[in-house]
Amino acid sequence: MRKCKAFIIGGSAGSLEVLLKVLPNVRTDIPFPIIIVVHRKHGTDSLLPALLSTRTELKVKEVDEKEEIKAGTVYVAPSDYHLLIEQNETFSLDYSEKINYSRPAIDATFQTAAEVYNTKLACLLLSGSNSDGVNGLKCVKSWGGTTLIQDPDSAQVAYMPAQAQLNVAIDQVLMIEDIAEFINLLS
Amino acid sequence: MEVSVITDEHVEILLSDLLEQYGYDFTGYSRASIKRRISRIYALDRALSFAEFRYMILNDQVYFKRFVEQITVNVTEMFRDPSFFRKLREEVLPKLGTYPLIRIWLAGCSTGEEAYSISIILKELNLLHKSLIYATDLNPTVLEKASQSMFAISQMQQYSENYILSGGTKDFSSYYTASYSLAKFDDELKRRIVFSTHNLVSDHSFNEFQLILCRNVLIYFNRDLQHNVLDLFDNSLDELGYLALGSKETVEFSRISKRYKRLPGEKIWRKVG
Ligand SMILES: C[S@@+](CC[C@H](N)C(=O)[O-])C[C@H]1O[C@@H](n2cnc3c(N)ncnc32)[C@H](O)[C@@H]1O
Repeated sequence: MRKCKAFIIGGSAGSLEVLLKVLPNVRTDIPFPIIIVVHRKHGTDSLLPALLSTRTELKVKEVDEKEEIKAGTVYVAPSDYHLLIEQNETFSLDYSEKINYSRPAIDATFQTAAEVYNTKLACLLLSGSNSDGVNGLKCVKSWGGTTLIQDPDSAQVAYMPAQAQLNVAIDQVLMIEDIAEFINLLS
Repeated sequence: MEVSVITDEHVEILLSDLLEQYGYDFTGYSRASIKRRISRIYALDRALSFAEFRYMILNDQVYFKRFVEQITVNVTEMFRDPSFFRKLREEVLPKLGTYPLIRIWLAGCSTGEEAYSISIILKELNLLHKSLIYATDLNPTVLEKASQSMFAISQMQQYSENYILSGGTKDFSSYYTASYSLAKFDDELKRRIVFSTHNLVSDHSFNEFQLILCRNVLIYFNRDLQHNVLDLFDNSLDELGYLALGSKETVEFSRISKRYKRLPGEKIWRKVG
């Protein structure tokens, strides 16, 4: 990948522990944003950004609608809205139907990001028990972006990354301990 | 939905068609959602080509209606965000209860679930008889559905939980009669609701209100349009009236923000200046 403009991580059951292991090792001067979309219960909003920010010096915040996307920031999708990326590199929120029983749906963020960042996007799918994110990764691939999954054998719930591996051309399968290093090497 | 065949240019073409041919102005809407909606209906209806799709929208009134219905998002719930409804019940509506007539504008009411939720609270506070709820939406089809006061019975367990979390103490099922897969809500609840079309982009203020609610509509608008719509609300709200928005929406950063004071914890502001 030439130059990364956004790194997006999607996860469901079993992904939190991965995030908590990875974030402390991500360098604090990354020249792109990290956007996190994980399935969680509605109404527990501020907890996740607070938890993640105990593990990194990077600024971690829950997305505000229409917010400009900035490098060096970790954004967390709010619960119960889909998180979409606009062509002018701002976020918008959408309260449409759940996709794969999920809102936020990883697919919605991956797909809209793919159309904005094309080849300058990397998307990583972590542990999870449904197939959200698989169509999104397809879309990322077809726009020339980089597709990544957590090694299904290392996942608490292998289904999600395994489905991706079955259905999408994956550029790289990452072990948990290699994820931060991979992010750090992108520029 | 995988790779979209609808391009950004297609979206712009269709939005200008809607404006020129029908006077519906969606040009101030955030594009990512609109594009997803258009791609979705394009795929659902198995359009053969963009040219055919565009032709249908321009020339077939029935299809045009369907198109507008489908590109806006109509998802809604009863007592969504229970803590918000608790605040209405415990603080906002009792305050307004001192007025001889409480005028409420519910903008972007979709299929009516919010309107009936508010009606239930007003009834329990003994204020329904002196309240009027103007429930408006751009889309006549959702209003038609709203006025039937029938919702899927499969939702009732969730709504009942939301109702209790919002401070409701009655048996929620006492408000409706079950018939097959539907729950028909009591007519009494809609006696004080007026459903009518109103387009926030192009229509003007039509009354003065003590409470305006517009939740999960502004997220679909760009910043400029959001500011215009907030001005419209400001012009339609009494001094000391309340403005309520969706859980991710705000009056901060807008032209009206200085005159509005937020109630702690909820997306409700009081007009104080
Ligand atoms: C996601 S629903 C919100 C329903 C409800 N307020 C809630 O929060 O559950 C958005 C509604 O806004 C309506 N809407 C979109 N654009 C509008 C406009 N310009 N004027 C009036 N209503 C509009 C749509 O038709 C839809 O019913």
